[in-house]
Amino acid sequence: MSTERLIEVPRARVKVRRSTHSPIFTIIGALVLVCLLTVAPWIVPAQFATTLTNFFILVIMATMWNLLAGYAGMVSIGQQAFVGLGAYATLYFAIKGLNPFVAIPFAALVCAALAVPITYLLFRLRGGYFSIATWVVSDTALLIIGTIAVLGGGTGRTMPGLQNLSPGETAHFSYLATWFVALIVVTGTYVLLRSRTGLVLASIRDNEVAARSAGVNVRAARRSIFVIAAAGCGAAGAVLAISQPFIQPSNEFNLQWAAEMLFVSMIGGLGTIEGPIIGSIIFFVLQQSLQQQGAWYLIIVGALAVVIALWQPRGLWGAFRDRFHTELLPVGHWVEPGESGP
Amino acid sequence: MIWLNIVIQGALVGGFYALFACGLSLMFGVLKVINLAHGDMAVVAGYVAVFLSPRLHIPGLWSFLVVVPLFALLGYVVQRTVIQKSIDRDPFTTLLVTFGLSVVIENLLLEMYSANGQSINIGSLIGESWHPASIIYISYVSLAVLAAAVLVLLALQLFLSKSGIGRLIRAVADDQEAAQLSGANYRHVFGIAAAIAFATVALAGIAYGMMTQFAPTSGGVNLLFAFEVVVIGGIGSLWGTLVGGIALGIAQQFGAHINLSYQILAGNILFLAVLAVRPQGLFGRRSSLA
Repeated sequence: MSTERLIEVPRARVKVRRSTHSPIFTIIGALVLVCLLTVAPWIVPAQFATTLTNFFILVIMATMWNLLAGYAGMVSIGQQAFVGLGAYATLYFAIKGLNPFVAIPFAALVCAALAVPITYLLFRLRGGYFSIATWVVSDTALLIIGTIAVLGGGTGRTMPGLQNLSPGETAHFSYLATWFVALIVVTGTYVLLRSRTGLVLASIRDNEVAARSAGVNVRAARRSIFVIAAAGCGAAGAVLAISQPFIQPSNEFNLQWAAEMLFVSMIGGLGTIEGPIIGSIIFFVLQQSLQQQGAWYLIIVGALAVVIALWQPRGLWGAFRDRFHTELLPVGHWVEPGESGP
Repeated sequence: MIWLNIVIQGALVGGFYALFACGLSLMFGVLKVINLAHGDMAVVAGYVAVFLSPRLHIPGLWSFLVVVPLFALLGYVVQRTVIQKSIDRDPFTTLLVTFGLSVVIENLLLEMYSANGQSINIGSLIGESWHPASIIYISYVSLAVLAAAVLVLLALQLFLSKSGIGRLIRAVADDQEAAQLSGANYRHVFGIAAAIAFATVALAGIAYGMMTQFAPTSGGVNLLFAFEVVVIGGIGSLWGTLVGGIALGIAQQFGAHINLSYQILAGNILFLAVLAVRPQGLFGRRSSLA
């Protein structure tokens, strides 16, 4: 039986173009930046290297949080669970004799593996209930880790395997480790968002019902993003445990990590790759300049995030981009009228 | 006798958890909003009571007579301004905004009052208890809080089913657009619901301040418990909240009996178990699962 076309459907006369800009310019710019940041600890004062380390830890966490909330619509206030588990996985491997720096990817893998069963529990809840449940998971992880004596219990212990390094060397190496993890996480996110998965995520972000009816498996996409974000936060926890080698449940599983990820992503702009990085810069400038005033930087950053959520939900980078039509790391597609498409 | 004591003490603590959780439950049921600053509001109520009672010459025990109406007013105003503004954006924004507020409130309290514990002075009543059997001591304060929880839940139930404004609240909760088409001003109804929720949270905060010490960071832990209570009891069920509170209280007492450091862990495990086995909660309907 031959198929017969009853009605002639006009082919959509649109052309889909990847948004991108001059590749040479981007590549040269990126290479210069990468080289500068790699040699940074030998140029800048040691104290500033520590600040840069903390900055990149925040960039990693915020990039992962942005992937969760900005693209997959999951507001997690329990990502510190994976920061803590990453830190403790590194500690565990180090106790078993592995070099802590070598342990970083394994810690990320452990977090990804733990995240899979956790999604089956958490995905039974939605919206706000999902959010608080992530916090319950984090609190439970904290309490369980606190009962394990080998890992230092509730009082904490020092990371072994770093004793033969001088404090200066530890600072340099942990900066390099953090910077490379940040580079991998940001580049990985960029590649992910430019891939087919990125298109799926953007469709969920923009309209979940439409995405579902177009055949997108929303739940599977969310699950894989949750696992990726767990791995990323685990890597952040691993480098945190190396750069601040006294490991303590109340520090590694601190709710403040979740607060910082959230504020930074919101201020910079959810759903953009540049947003969390710009938010992290603003956060660190505020934190460094208000160092003497206790917790005021957190109050100001929190209030700023609330104001931005209410009046400028696309964040500072989103507002900037909308005005000047510019992107540093373009991931979108442009649909334009043109000759008949495929 | 030890087991009886665990159940009794658990039920007493559970009354407090239920009191704490019913505002959260109401806000979610009517406004579809999870207020992540819920716990911090209770702590603020505690600080307000400590601040006001010596200045207004009210004994700590009766401070709720001033603080609760104050918080009802605050709830209405906060709802009509910040929360309504974020609801108008999307549910996602309400989470971000209330979490932001929670962190801001907590750190502001830390800056103003330091991390030291405070409590509401109720004189010698704090130590007094009823002693019905060998090892069982029932603190009068805890008993009063449990009674208050039952009274508040009863009053809420009656208010929602019998009064005009209560029916309006339920109508808006069921179908906001239909209620709006019938002439209900849903923003005002939301404001009233938030006022009730804030009043109950103020009551819970003061009860907490009477039973034990509170600090700026107490809000987070209590939000966690309140949330566990709502999920264990069943989302949207007022009496489920009471049962959930008591179940959580008993689980925690049981954990503490095995090892003091297992107290909160046991509650969390009960919560995760309910989530795994019966995600709609003990009294919830599957359809009400958000």
